[in-house]
Amino acid sequence: MTEIKANKLSDFTKDDLHLEPEITGSSHINVGTTERIVSVAAGAALLYLGFKKFSITNVLLGITGASFVHRGLTGHCGVNDMIGRNTASREGVPVVVKKSVTIGKPREEVYSYWRKLENLPNFMKHITHVEPLDAGGKRYHWQMEVPKLGNKFDWEAEIVEETANERILYRTYNGSDVSQSGEITFRDAPGGRGTELHATIKYYAPEGYVGGGVAKMLNPAIESVVHEDMRRFKHLMETGEIPTIEGQPSGRENKNY
Amino acid sequence: MKALCYVGTNKLNTERVKDPEILNPGDAIIKVSLSSVCGSDLHLLDGYVPSMREGDIIGHEFMGEVVEVGPGVKKLKKGDRVVVCSILGCGDCWFCQHDEYSLCDNSNPHEEILEKAYGHATAGIFGYSHAFGGYAGSHAEYIRVPYADKGCFKVPEGLTDDQALFCSDAFPTGYMAADMANIKPGDVVAVWGCGGVGLMAIQSAYLLGAERVIAIDRLPERLNMAKNMAKAEVLNYAEVDVQVALKEMTGGRGPDSCIDAVGMEAHSYGADYYYDRAKQAVRLQTDRPTVLRETIMACRKGGNVSIVGVYGGLIDKFPMGAAMNKALTMRMGQMHGQRYIPKLLEHVQKGDVDPTYMLTHKWSLEDGHEGYQMFKKKKDNCVRVVFAPSI
Ligand SMILES: NC(=O)c1ccc[n+]([C@@H]2O[C@H](COP(=O)([O-])OP(=O)(O)OC[C@H]3O[C@@H](n4cnc5c(N)ncnc54)[C@H](O)[C@@H]3O)[C@@H](O)[C@H]2O)c1
Ligand SMILES: [Zn+2]
Ligand SMILES: [Zn+2]
Repeated sequence: MTEIKANKLSDFTKDDLHLEPEITGSSHINVGTTERIVSVAAGAALLYLGFKKFSITNVLLGITGASFVHRGLTGHCGVNDMIGRNTASREGVPVVVKKSVTIGKPREEVYSYWRKLENLPNFMKHITHVEPLDAGGKRYHWQMEVPKLGNKFDWEAEIVEETANERILYRTYNGSDVSQSGEITFRDAPGGRGTELHATIKYYAPEGYVGGGVAKMLNPAIESVVHEDMRRFKHLMETGEIPTIEGQPSGRENKNY
Repeated sequence: MKALCYVGTNKLNTERVKDPEILNPGDAIIKVSLSSVCGSDLHLLDGYVPSMREGDIIGHEFMGEVVEVGPGVKKLKKGDRVVVCSILGCGDCWFCQHDEYSLCDNSNPHEEILEKAYGHATAGIFGYSHAFGGYAGSHAEYIRVPYADKGCFKVPEGLTDDQALFCSDAFPTGYMAADMANIKPGDVVAVWGCGGVGLMAIQSAYLLGAERVIAIDRLPERLNMAKNMAKAEVLNYAEVDVQVALKEMTGGRGPDSCIDAVGMEAHSYGADYYYDRAKQAVRLQTDRPTVLRETIMACRKGGNVSIVGVYGGLIDKFPMGAAMNKALTMRMGQMHGQRYIPKLLEHVQKGDVDPTYMLTHKWSLEDGHEGYQMFKKKKDNCVRVVFAPSI
């Protein structure tokens, strides 16, 4: 994780906007490959435990005795930490999230859909509204709803630099609920695979939450939200729809399982 | 409508739920005429595929009639009789464009689960846990089918529902197993498992030019089917040492291609079985790879191992040395049904294969729980229980 000594938006300098476009691969992953595979294995166990918590205890106790129980349980805790809270950072420190996705469409098409920022609520899950504030199409008003936090956030953001079909660099204004800057780049993927979209977002917790536990809770969530939004963008661009199961039938309608 | 819901490990219940609706432009609603059990469901029910939720409707091998189409659907219309691929492919992503539909980039709405578990997310599958999309399954009166133009195949005139049904899942899986086995004229192919998938793999191996197919199982009724219906030579692993027998039957060479149509819950009589079961029970290993080990050991030098039996997580004591030093080619995957189904319907129409014999029981949805118990315990010579919501 890249850490920058600043805790207010006004501390952003021009340098902050220079978000290294290349992913170096090591900047925010701090576990080795072996550990990651182990954490995946334990992750499966965790999923499994969540899904069958009562009987697994019986199995553990019944078949193999205390040593396995110990391993099983300590494994469980390790996983919990790894997949749940690995990106928690120091309060007041911006978090840099980097994600990329390949979209099987020409760069011009991908860029122009994204650049019309009013389109973003079509695939960004929590963004409810993006509205232009100036004729030049540089400044926008954004609105986000995060139902889990029971909150609406508002901010204004500006495109600071852009190169058509290649790059968009933006930042939010002073005094907004949300403080972030970000760079979106568009590159041809090799072999006719379409467009690689790379997003680097430097993000501060909403004003007022800095220093509280909420920032900690929010940081890992931000990473998965950014990733999910990018995947949703890919789904929409490639197929014209975003896969969903919301609204389908299930036995849960009748009962509180 | 009526639907068969998962309510806990090895517990199913037929419930009343709301009817499905079109949720995306490419969706269609199918009135299910037949919906089959599959060995993959047993992995779910036994708790080896995590992320099932209580109340999920299961079932993925099915056919029926189109009753409603979304605004984006172009090829289908109301009244079409279709067989539906069990795995969802969008048709537009790089993988679908390369005929690798089960690797679809767009059809799984819950990608983050598999990204954590496997590094990347694969396609959605009907009724097959939330890791694979959480789509409501086909053991119901109606089902919503996303990407309907890509996943629904019109059943040719003259074919009965019973004949067409297994083109949804068992036949394309068996066919892909044979396809991945890279069969050349004169080859000997060995198939582990004589369930629906294994039986279809045997017949597909012949379609693709195998000279001899040897089938392995322990259930006499299934071995009889393999012998009489699918024309395989058979080995009962309860009676013979499979490794020794396969060598003898192939002049010491070993089969040119070995197909694993059993997967992660293999049964065996060896000591490794108890070792694997114990580890699986406490989740130090998620899968029991008995058959996978056997295919690698038996396969001739430079031969092919093709895996369609499903594995979910981690395995232990994998004979990597044998695989590497014998220079085996290993191929595997969930099936790319959309690639094969049109051709398979043709084979059925021409009479090359008639999978009807695998439909051993046709039951009502109300009997879902009992049906699965019978299928799981392989009672009453059951190969596939098929639910007909109209019964
Ligand atoms: N790859 C795919 O897309 C795909 C699709 C459908 C099914 N599958 C998988 O294929 C496998 C078979 O499915 P099915 O519907 O035929 O299941 P099934 O339960 O009807 O058949 C499995 C057969 O394997 C036999 N078996 C068990 N242990 C064995 C051993 N050690 N040696 C030889 N045979 C053994 C059983 O006796 C049984 O007859 C399952 O793992 C299922 O998940 C994969
Ligand atoms: Zn299946
Ligand atoms: Zn696809």
